Amino acid sequence: MTNKENSKEIEALLKAAIAPVKDSELRRDLWPQMLRKLDEQPSRVPWFDWALAGILGATLFLFPGAIPALLYHL
Amino acid sequence: MELLERFAAGDLEAFEALFRQHQRDVFAWIVRIVRDRGIAEDLTVETFWRIYKSRSRFYPAGNFRAWARRIATNAALDHLRAARRETELPEDLASAAAPDPAVRRETRGRIRQAFFQLPAKYRLVATLALIEEEPYEKIAEAARISPALVKVRVFRAVRILRKKLNSLGAEVGAK
Repeated sequence: MTNKENSKEIEALLKAAIAPVKDSELRRDLWPQMLRKLDEQPSRVPWFDWALAGILGATLFLFPGAIPALLYHL
Repeated sequence: MELLERFAAGDLEAFEALFRQHQRDVFAWIVRIVRDRGIAEDLTVETFWRIYKSRSRFYPAGNFRAWARRIATNAALDHLRAARRETELPEDLASAAAPDPAVRRETRGRIRQAFFQLPAKYRLVATLALIEEEPYEKIAEAARISPALVKVRVFRAVRILRKKLNSLGAEVGAK
C-alpha cells in the first residue's frame, strides 16, 4: 500500500471513529455568565503604567527643580 | 454612532448587542473544535472577554464575525494545549452519529487515543478539516494561517496519526 493510499485510509478511519458534531446549537443565553465575568475582573493598572509612574517619581525626586516645569505643562 | 463604533468606544450596551448577535456562531465554532458543550460555553464567554478587552484595537469598519472567530479559535487552541493530556472525547458528542460499524471497536479506540495525543495545532486543523469537513480557506482565516499551511498541517496530522497507530499496534488495514 502506498503512503497516499495509507493516508486516505487513516482519514477514512478517523471519520468513522469520530463523528462530526451534529448538535452545535447553543441552548441557553450566556450573557448572564458574561456579566459575572466582567464583574469579577478587577480593574488592573497595566505594568507599564506603574513603570512610567515610577520613572516620573524617581525623576522628580532626583531633580526637584523639574516640578515647576511639569506643573506649568500640565 | 454605529454599533461597532460604539463597541470600540467601550459602550457596554453595544457589546451586549454584539454578544447576543454572535454568541451562537462562536459557540458552534468552538464546540466543533473542543467537542464538549460545557467547555465550549466557558470558552465562548472567554472569547467575548478577550474581545471586550481588545475592543480598542478593533477597526469598526472591519468584519466583527471574522474577528470573533479568530479570537475563538485562539481560545480553543489555548484550551487544547492546556488540556492535551487530560481531556477525553466526550462519548455523547463522539457518538452523536453512530460510528461506522465496519470499523472494529478496538481500532476506533486506538484512533481516538492517537487523535487526542496530537499536538494542539495539528488537532485543530485535523478536527475542522477531516472530521467537520470545513473548507481550508475558512480554517485558514480563523487560524490566521494560509490555506497552504492548513493543507500541510492536515498532511502532517495524518502522518503523525499513522505513526501513532502503528506504534499502538492498530491494524490500519483492517476494516
